[in-house]
Amino acid sequence: MEKLSKKYKRYWQLYLFLLIPVAYVFIFNYIPMVGVQISFKKLKITNTIWNAPWVGLENFQRFLGSYQFFDILLNTVVLSVYSVLAAFPFPILFALTLNAIEKNRFKKTIQTITYIPHFISVVVLVSIVNQVLHPMTGIYGVLFKAITGRMPDDLMGIPSAFPHIYVWSSVWQNFGYNSIIYFAALSSVDPELHEAAKVDGASRFRRVLHVDVPAILPTITIMLILRMSTVMTIGFQKVYLMQNTLNLETSEVISTYVYKKGLASGVSNDYSYSTAVDLFNSIVNLLLVTVSNTISRKVSETSLW
Amino acid sequence: MNARYATALKPARIKDSSGDRIFFAFCYSITILLAVIVLLPLIYVVSCSFSSGIAVSTGKVLLWPVEFTLDGYKRVVMYPMVWRSYANTILYTTGGTVLHICLVMIAAYPLARRGLPHKKIFMLFFSFTMLFNGGMIPSYLLVRDLGIMNTIWAMLIPGAFSAYNMVVARTFIQNSIPESLLEATQVDGCSDVRYFFQFVIPLSKAVIAVLSLQVAIAIWNSYFNALLYLTNDKLHPLQLVLRKVLLLSQISADDLMDPDDALALQGMADLMKYSLIVFATVPILCVYPFVQKYFVKGIMIGSIKG
Repeated sequence: MEKLSKKYKRYWQLYLFLLIPVAYVFIFNYIPMVGVQISFKKLKITNTIWNAPWVGLENFQRFLGSYQFFDILLNTVVLSVYSVLAAFPFPILFALTLNAIEKNRFKKTIQTITYIPHFISVVVLVSIVNQVLHPMTGIYGVLFKAITGRMPDDLMGIPSAFPHIYVWSSVWQNFGYNSIIYFAALSSVDPELHEAAKVDGASRFRRVLHVDVPAILPTITIMLILRMSTVMTIGFQKVYLMQNTLNLETSEVISTYVYKKGLASGVSNDYSYSTAVDLFNSIVNLLLVTVSNTISRKVSETSLW
Repeated sequence: MNARYATALKPARIKDSSGDRIFFAFCYSITILLAVIVLLPLIYVVSCSFSSGIAVSTGKVLLWPVEFTLDGYKRVVMYPMVWRSYANTILYTTGGTVLHICLVMIAAYPLARRGLPHKKIFMLFFSFTMLFNGGMIPSYLLVRDLGIMNTIWAMLIPGAFSAYNMVVARTFIQNSIPESLLEATQVDGCSDVRYFFQFVIPLSKAVIAVLSLQVAIAIWNSYFNALLYLTNDKLHPLQLVLRKVLLLSQISADDLMDPDDALALQGMADLMKYSLIVFATVPILCVYPFVQKYFVKGIMIGSIKG
């Protein structure tokens, strides 16, 4: 007993350090997790999280049965999968291409330029997109008119254009910054490998394929798992800003739906229902992370846990 | 390092074959094209911001300013909400970053220590939050029930800790501060608290710099928490005001403080958008060259997880 208390006594200052973060995480992360129970309840303004009546799976059934369910799910999946397909390979190809050039100053300049858009906020990014694509005053409108002689349609109001604008504006903003990790991996390639390949008569292109690509493969795997785990978390911030009444058909995703049903409907805010929708999304996400992690552990022996 | 290596080898270099030359031409053209695509919209916005309102709203501006004027900036500077929200954003960014780093460091240091009893349980407690969270509504209800809605605390406290950043800091401390230092100071009777402030913090400068940078940029650029928790205009951060002006186009004649020229309002409103974009983004871009060297470091620190 005395031994035990001595063991803890040695570390009391460290536990003191941990006290504040643990309390913080308990309040701001775990209490909301307990609050998720309202998705199985009927929370009204008159009652609290605790005394609201249980309703079982009613909220989930309402969401699954609602006429919007299929559209919202489809929009979320389309935007996510399209984002991964376009945004994932781009930085890798960019890093490989730029790295093939052996002029350091040129490389640095291109890198510096392509990192810039990463620091632009979502609000500014969306407004730049709006301005550039403006049918009358934007670059797009002016060029379209100069070439075809007529005024283009407003792209922001066409539902079928929304996924493309959303995904490619993200690629524009982030491909440079996301390539940093691959540049770092490429810079650690042993130069002797390249020299040996050169002596064997391998062209620069062959060396990219057989030296550079294998060298960054582990990094690619890790990044892919990380990316897969965020597949269903289509960020609220950008989609919400790009939405307008005309493109809602393809731009309404789970997170924006949750916000609108739960917090932006004034008196008809339905906390329980939108928490249920959110929980549905989180569970799908959790499944995706677990599955992609398991697959990658089996296939490549690299995994997050 | 690489550059030196390349120049040292230059004399002995085998001449590029024609296949290589085609490949290099391809690489140069692709990367230059990408850089141009990145720059074009940015140049366009900056050029518009220095052009006259009429030139902007009739679509005359493409690459260079047309009818150069500073009118847009004069309007932005006169717009009272811009200054107040700028001050708010600076306050939220500095306060939020300091708080975040403090919480992350005091959690990371004990968990980096070898032999701390029940360390696994604590790690699990923190790590679980990376996999699952309560979501939008329960977090909102919590902030509401704590009574910090519409106060500066609603901007500072939620999001003041990140398990991911804590793991990064912990890994850094474990890998870069030798255990022998702790033992040596313990022999001299140094307490854990003193060791933390006198050794751990100074030796963790790199990771603190990297994390501060990321957190500060994230807070500066976000509008979501403010949208949820602040209804009082006076507390709104810059991004929320930008959203109002840039995307919802809510500039009224009284906001411009000069209602006489209601006619020129439309052209002015367009112009103001561009000037405001530049005005709001320049501070972040000014920091950029100074911190660029930390990017690679930051990503490398983040990618070695223990």
